[in-house]
Amino acid sequence: MPDLGPVLLSLHLAAVTTGILLVIGVPLAYWLATTQARLKPVVEAVTALPLVLPPTVIGFYLLILMNPSAPLGAAWVSLTGGTLSFSFSGLVFASAIYSLPFMVQPLQSAFEAVGRGPMEAAATLRASRLDAVWNVLLPQSARGILTACVLTFAHTIGEFGVVLMVGGNIPERTRVISIAIYEHVESVEYAEAHILSAGLLVFSFVTLVGVYALNRSYRLRVS
Amino acid sequence: MSADRLSLDIALARETFGLKVREDLALEGVTAVFGPSGSGKTTLLRAIAGLETASEGRISFGETVWQDRAAGVYVAAHRRAVAYVFQDARLFSHLDVQGNLDFAAKRARKAGRSPDVDAAIAAFGIDGLLERRAVSLSGGESRRVALARAVLSCPDLMLLDEPLTGLDRAARRDILPFLKSLPEHSGCPVLYVSHDLEEVAALASAIVVMEAGRVLANGPVGEIGRSLDLGPLSEGAGPASLIEATVTRIDTDSGLMALEAGGETLLLPTAPGAREAEKLRLFIDARDVAIAVERPGPMSIRNVLPARVGRIVSSDAAADALVDLTIGSELIRAQITRHALSELKLETGQQVFALMKSVRLAGDFR
Repeated sequence: MPDLGPVLLSLHLAAVTTGILLVIGVPLAYWLATTQARLKPVVEAVTALPLVLPPTVIGFYLLILMNPSAPLGAAWVSLTGGTLSFSFSGLVFASAIYSLPFMVQPLQSAFEAVGRGPMEAAATLRASRLDAVWNVLLPQSARGILTACVLTFAHTIGEFGVVLMVGGNIPERTRVISIAIYEHVESVEYAEAHILSAGLLVFSFVTLVGVYALNRSYRLRVS
Repeated sequence: MSADRLSLDIALARETFGLKVREDLALEGVTAVFGPSGSGKTTLLRAIAGLETASEGRISFGETVWQDRAAGVYVAAHRRAVAYVFQDARLFSHLDVQGNLDFAAKRARKAGRSPDVDAAIAAFGIDGLLERRAVSLSGGESRRVALARAVLSCPDLMLLDEPLTGLDRAARRDILPFLKSLPEHSGCPVLYVSHDLEEVAALASAIVVMEAGRVLANGPVGEIGRSLDLGPLSEGAGPASLIEATVTRIDTDSGLMALEAGGETLLLPTAPGAREAEKLRLFIDARDVAIAVERPGPMSIRNVLPARVGRIVSSDAAADALVDLTIGSELIRAQITRHALSELKLETGQQVFALMKSVRLAGDFR
């Protein structure tokens, strides 16, 4: 029986990342769904970058960014006392970057599907913008929000390259499930690798079946 | 109910047309905004509601300034105390009917108004629908819920954008009374966008006529109907006339009622609920009006009235000609073939007889 620590760590990481991305993703996706700014395609492209870039590229730049001698890394050290790279916090930060499109794109599609109509109706019934977003847009986008969360969660669990580069392989801190599988294979512990791999395969499959059964209209656009 | 003054001085550029409106409207009861589609009616209504954030100029309602770009004032839609009934009802799909009504009532209460949910449910006959999802309602039902929801918002001004569009004639006939009673239930004036002359005739006391983003005329319906040929601006329908008539006698034996219009008498099937001395609006399709140069002999058509030929509009491009007929002080249009026009040798000022095959009450939709 393999150590279940990496599994729990992966679940923890995915839950925290999904929570953070939901808070960031809703306003960003709302802005993308409603803006007519010229900047929109640029922001959309930046949001979609993690879909097309090799994880090593993202991991490489994140590593540089999180280095204690870089501004972000230094700020983190002075704020918390620990380094961002090779820590759980660093993993969360990296996951939030590479899973961003999996949150933002389904949300944006869902918000666009709701459209201006219900929001205008709410405005003419004395609802402020925030009121209308909270009580009309979000409830009407419920399935899209659920899809976005499930995809973000599942994708975070499945990531390997970025995690390896910014987190390394530290038990209880950065050794997530995908890293553990890699480790087991390297050490020719195929039985343990099988258990974790099959578990991840079944988990991913069930998740995706759930997502597609839930809704066919909020699929990712790029991938 | 005193008249509320809506002052408009706005401009808005659109891809297909520019809206430019400078009017002072004294709103009371139902005021129709009438014109062909693409004339800017909906855009005007949206600008008044605060849904067209690019609109330039100034809008004030009563003492309240809603928009004054020169002074940097733009009051957001949700602070304007207008209710807007959209063409497609736009009920909230994630709520049931009760939820939709409560949405409006709750926010009206927060704004210090006192909406009466039970009264609105009764007034619009929707007590059987309260637990239904918005998406499960028929076209007519969803319009009624949308009207009730708008009333519960307790607005100072009600804006209606073609709320009868897409409904069949039976559904339209059912909803019309609710629309008629809207000023009474909402306690505020109603601006009603329509491209259907008959709806306008049935509902509105005043009319704002629009074409190509401009206001052509505004005033009482009867007055505008006499001075301006609204027929060509009315969509779907051909040329028609709209006259006001007073019920003089109701004959229960024959099932007919006599009406006085322009000093002449017309006979019509008695309208349900019609009372003597009541003023009714009559709608006469120009194709249902024939012209005879001499008084015809016995015939089935009941309404044969002496008339004088007014303006004649005839062009080589069309087989039909339009002839204005003055009957007393009223104006009726007849559509006849150019062939008939030349054979009868009709001329302006000539005395003829107008044969009206069908005259109906405006808004009867039969």
